Amino acid sequence: MGLRLDLLLLAAALLFSPALSDLVILKVDRRVDLTSQIVRVTSTLKVENNGKDAVTEVLLVFPDRQVKNLAYLFAVSSAGKGKAKSYSHTLSVNEINLKGMPPSLVGYLVSLPEPLGKGESYTLDVLAVYTHSLKPFPEKITQADIQLLVFEDSAYYLSPYEVKAQSLTVKLPQARIESYTRIENTKLHGSDIKYGPYENLPPFSHSPIVVHFESNRPFAVARELVREVEISHWGNVQVTEYYNVVNRGSEITGEFSRLEFQARPHIRGPSSFRNLVAKLPPRTHSVYYRDEIGNISTSHLWSDSKKTELEIEPRYPMFGGWRTAFTIGYGLPLQDFLFESEGKRFLNFSFGSPINEIIVDTLFMKIVLPEGSNDITVTAPFPIKESRETKLSHLDLVGRPVIILEKSNVVPEHNQYFQVYYTFSGISMLREPLMLIFGFFFLFITYILYMHADISISKSSPSYLAKMQWEEVQAVIQQVENIVSRCLAVHEKLEASLQDLSRTGVVQACKSVRKSADSTLKELYKEMKPLLSFLQSSSQAAHILPKVEELVTKERELQEKLMTKHLTVVDCYEKKLGGREIENRINAHQQKITVLRQEVDDLLDYIDEL
Amino acid sequence: MGEKPNQANSVSPSATSAAPAGSKSSDLLSRHFSIRSLKLKTKEQELLLRVTVLCLVYVLAFITRLFSVLRYESMIHEFDPYFNYRTTLFLTEKGFYEFWNWFDSESWYPLGRIIGGTLYPGLMVTAALIYWTLKVLRFAVHIREVCVLTAPFFASNTTLVAYFFGKEIWDSGAGLVAAALIAICPGYISRSVAGSYDNEGVAIFALIFTFYLFVKAVNTGSLAWSLASAFGYFYMVSAWGGYVFIINLIPLYVLVLLITGRYSMRLYVAYNSMYILGMLLAMQIRFVGFQHVQSGEHMAAMGVFFLLQVFYFLDWVKHQLNDTKLFQAFLRITVTSAVVVGALALGVGTASGYISPWTGRFYSLLDPTYAKDHIPIIASVSEHQPTAWSSFMFDFQILLFLFPAGLYFCFKRLSDATIFIVMYGLTSMYFAGVMVRLILVATPAVCLISAIAVSATIKNLTQVLRAKPKIVHSCSSKGGSSAKTSSKGLLDQSQPIGKNGAIALLFGAFYLLSKYATHCTWVTSEAYSSPSIVLAARGAHGNRVIFDDYREAYFWLRQNTPPDAKVMSWWDYGYQITAMGNRTVIVDNNTWNNTHIATVGRAMSSYEDEAYEIMRSLDVSYVLVVFGGVTGYSSDDINKFLWMVRIGGGVFPVIKEPDYLVNGNYRVDKGAAPKMLNCLMYKLSYYRFGELTTEYGKPPGYDRARGVEIGNKDIKLEFLEEAFTTSNWIVRIYKVKPPKNRW
Repeated sequence: MGLRLDLLLLAAALLFSPALSDLVILKVDRRVDLTSQIVRVTSTLKVENNGKDAVTEVLLVFPDRQVKNLAYLFAVSSAGKGKAKSYSHTLSVNEINLKGMPPSLVGYLVSLPEPLGKGESYTLDVLAVYTHSLKPFPEKITQADIQLLVFEDSAYYLSPYEVKAQSLTVKLPQARIESYTRIENTKLHGSDIKYGPYENLPPFSHSPIVVHFESNRPFAVARELVREVEISHWGNVQVTEYYNVVNRGSEITGEFSRLEFQARPHIRGPSSFRNLVAKLPPRTHSVYYRDEIGNISTSHLWSDSKKTELEIEPRYPMFGGWRTAFTIGYGLPLQDFLFESEGKRFLNFSFGSPINEIIVDTLFMKIVLPEGSNDITVTAPFPIKESRETKLSHLDLVGRPVIILEKSNVVPEHNQYFQVYYTFSGISMLREPLMLIFGFFFLFITYILYMHADISISKSSPSYLAKMQWEEVQAVIQQVENIVSRCLAVHEKLEASLQDLSRTGVVQACKSVRKSADSTLKELYKEMKPLLSFLQSSSQAAHILPKVEELVTKERELQEKLMTKHLTVVDCYEKKLGGREIENRINAHQQKITVLRQEVDDLLDYIDEL
Repeated sequence: MGEKPNQANSVSPSATSAAPAGSKSSDLLSRHFSIRSLKLKTKEQELLLRVTVLCLVYVLAFITRLFSVLRYESMIHEFDPYFNYRTTLFLTEKGFYEFWNWFDSESWYPLGRIIGGTLYPGLMVTAALIYWTLKVLRFAVHIREVCVLTAPFFASNTTLVAYFFGKEIWDSGAGLVAAALIAICPGYISRSVAGSYDNEGVAIFALIFTFYLFVKAVNTGSLAWSLASAFGYFYMVSAWGGYVFIINLIPLYVLVLLITGRYSMRLYVAYNSMYILGMLLAMQIRFVGFQHVQSGEHMAAMGVFFLLQVFYFLDWVKHQLNDTKLFQAFLRITVTSAVVVGALALGVGTASGYISPWTGRFYSLLDPTYAKDHIPIIASVSEHQPTAWSSFMFDFQILLFLFPAGLYFCFKRLSDATIFIVMYGLTSMYFAGVMVRLILVATPAVCLISAIAVSATIKNLTQVLRAKPKIVHSCSSKGGSSAKTSSKGLLDQSQPIGKNGAIALLFGAFYLLSKYATHCTWVTSEAYSSPSIVLAARGAHGNRVIFDDYREAYFWLRQNTPPDAKVMSWWDYGYQITAMGNRTVIVDNNTWNNTHIATVGRAMSSYEDEAYEIMRSLDVSYVLVVFGGVTGYSSDDINKFLWMVRIGGGVFPVIKEPDYLVNGNYRVDKGAAPKMLNCLMYKLSYYRFGELTTEYGKPPGYDRARGVEIGNKDIKLEFLEEAFTTSNWIVRIYKVKPPKNRW
């Protein structure tokens, strides 16, 4: 492989050198960070224009086996040195297909902010992030073994330009190194391997190196991650993330002994990882962590005003090759993520996974907008495949629009904000509550209608007729009862007037009350007469008639007694008799009234019960 | 509905003024207020009270079953519900026809199981219908939530049926009490808490619904009610094998009515239409098929059906013949010939094999010792054991004392309906005594009969209290304090106890009932709300420790074994492995093939090399055992092991129970039988356990579940290797190694 690449590079050098020889790289510092499963290569390039024409673009080339794993490429112009470095410009990077370039090389063009004149130089930083470029070797280990990884690269910076001076630093997680390629100028400082400096190398120089080292960092890879963000304009953004995680480190072979793992977990299961930490936005609430078969009880949550940290443990320790799947969900306050501009609302949300140092092979970001949203556009900081679907959720009629953003090979560097613009009228918010209200309203209406509807099949059957008659009789009895009750109310009024009299002594008022009561009662009797005659004529009422008649007579009796009592009292007052005297006179009446009243009440109750 | 009384109160102070404009009901109320001194009519008051109480009971029945959801989570419990859940999931995903024709290759490997033809689909179809209805109404719920809440929902519905049933057999007061009692009765709650997604959850509803409809049909003689009861029966048949109880109890009841001379046209209509239609409907369930005409358990119903025809015929002849003597002769001839023909038909049917004899399960109900001697697989299930007194007390509490009192009241007022409830109560009480799980069937009857006792007693007492002293009125007039006389009902007017006695007794009754309520709540929360998948214990500092080992293991199986892996375990865990682990199992809780289970039992009780042969022949790739030695979890495989030996030995005489016992004692320590110490189950349970210190101050290898130090600490496995052990060692999974190369 190495030899073939060399040949290709030679060919490339021959083909390309005339076309691109204007630029010269004065200095390249490359730092390869191997401390996690994600390989980050930072290159600081200082380019100089040696040609006559102004140059606007710098070409970066990568071998295709690296490009396959290249998740993220980012270039900034860096001014200043060391810590005072300020990243002023983000430079645009575009993949190009140069004619004549061998297929094993892929080129990227970095556009400079301003043309580079003759003799001028420019410094830029390039960050390349690779996934899956650390290979476990051996591929299968036992529970107690340490995980060893292999990293391959070139000691020389691969460039279509001549490179004047360069160096490479490989940073390893631990000082324990199995082996590494030694060429000239190779030094080992603790956990850093240094290659270089090398000077004056022609374009497309190449010198393969291999580093074989120990690393027990988690190799958590989400084979698939679906993040679903559902917006509710009632104040909540609900995020649900479905993970499908595998440990892509060395696969475990042989026994898994719980005893060993329990007794000495750090020695006896070094290649496994037990937990993952997710950094969630501040003010996250209602967090849950579960999988297909239920809640997982091993998780911890810390929150402060700046962030929320969720530590989750899978159900079992994750050894190499073991898989797990889980779901985490949480709610976020709407006002932190939803804004308005130019009459449109937009959601500002971060793209990648909140879990630290995890690689996502395929990420689906689903944004579920409220029903009735339209005019949807998405802006994202990097190219994403976009598609649409609808989702039916609570009380939806046509479904909520869903935007699906798909991207493969996602690393934490992709945790950047993207925006979804849409229009949505506030009134649509009320649709669902109104639907519920009307739903229940119609339910009750139907019930009322059902209660009042006559749905018997045969309208002439004797039982039906009897039922109708009985209902009529009941209605009439009800009326009679009402009238009796009204009479009783009048009685109350009379009694009340007597009490007034005893308090104020105004006889006239009392008399007028009696007069009006008298007339009302007479009217009530008039009303009662036809009802009674109806009852007498109806056959259905035969068994209840005596009671009703008794009620009416008792009531009348009661009324007479009351009237006499009233008369007596008023009389006594006119004669200015003493209280005791009055009491004596009405005592007999009073007792009868009480008894009668009781009887009337009983009769009313009895008729009621029917 | 509960709002109504409040409304009434809020309106009454404003006297006759206009009621707040709005709902119709308040209009209606206000009219009465203005007219009858701000009072509802007694009848309306009673209706309002009744509806309110019923609504409260309905809600109570639901929420008292939610302890497990609050304490754990919304999850499916125990063993069988996992199968039901899995099939429901299949039904909602693939539709009814796929479900009906489902051949499940994931269980009973390599035989498989025809799911559609070997299950009662009522529960799954019910849950799926609820799910689809909610979906149409656009409530986006997960099918799991529907399954979890199906049982409480049906328990709530059962309270309603109990009310109507009580009303039918006694009065509406008894109905209300019955509804309240059954809502919280532990005997019923044990099978209907949220998550207990089992056939019984809907079947008890179907059972008493069918009974109610049938009693209603007998009381009215209406064709509509008997048809309704046939459909209720159909639902019951589709839901649970316990329908056999109905199809035997109802004929028995009819027979008793015939013997006691209570034959009537109402009974004739009710039974005939219910039986014929119910039978035809039941035949539509594939699992039941033609059993109604072919199996011995259903013959009683058919016999009574023909008997009823004979009775009707005799009645008609009696009507036609005026000569008593002639009729007597005719009667003798007819009865004799009918009996002879019936016996002949039964004999010929049984002899020719057309009518199958009674099944073992049926026998074991009639003879509690039958299963122990003949079918160890039935006897091995703990819920099939005869009931202890304590569990009666636990599940019924005061109902146990009220039950005889209720029977007394029933006998005092015998009617067709009370005869039915008495028979239901007595037979189901017998069955409850034979098998623990049948307490469930007895619960509705016990609640209803006790409700009669409570209601009748309290009614009598309150009547004593409310009896109006004859004209002892003070002059205070004003009808406000008028003590209303209730309608003079059934009660005789003599008063054996005074008012004070009545008050004391009422307080006593109130005290008992409140004790019952607290007991029920306590039992529900402590005993019946554990999902048994997740175990909880108290830690050293009083904190709650959760053992979620089962799910840990099942999820590991699901994720980290090849999709075609076959898992061998004891049958208890079969349903859970297929549902949660999504892997093929050799045997599961549907114990339809005794030989297959015996093979697994044999493998577990053989030496490793012999077991390896069996496992190779069954194509087993993983073996799962449950082990409680570390946590002290006692229902593990070592404690079930003797049943494996017995069941295995029942089919393969190579396995002999005495080989595993020492002087008839079952031991796992140093004194254990050598075969025990080296059988596969022992090895798999205790592999490397000898190196672990489980308890401070005890030697390594101390088994906390059995409280002994194990006898074989140096276990080497030759043909298997440990694949996974959960964090508390409760589930251990071993991988069967591929055969060694010969060269």
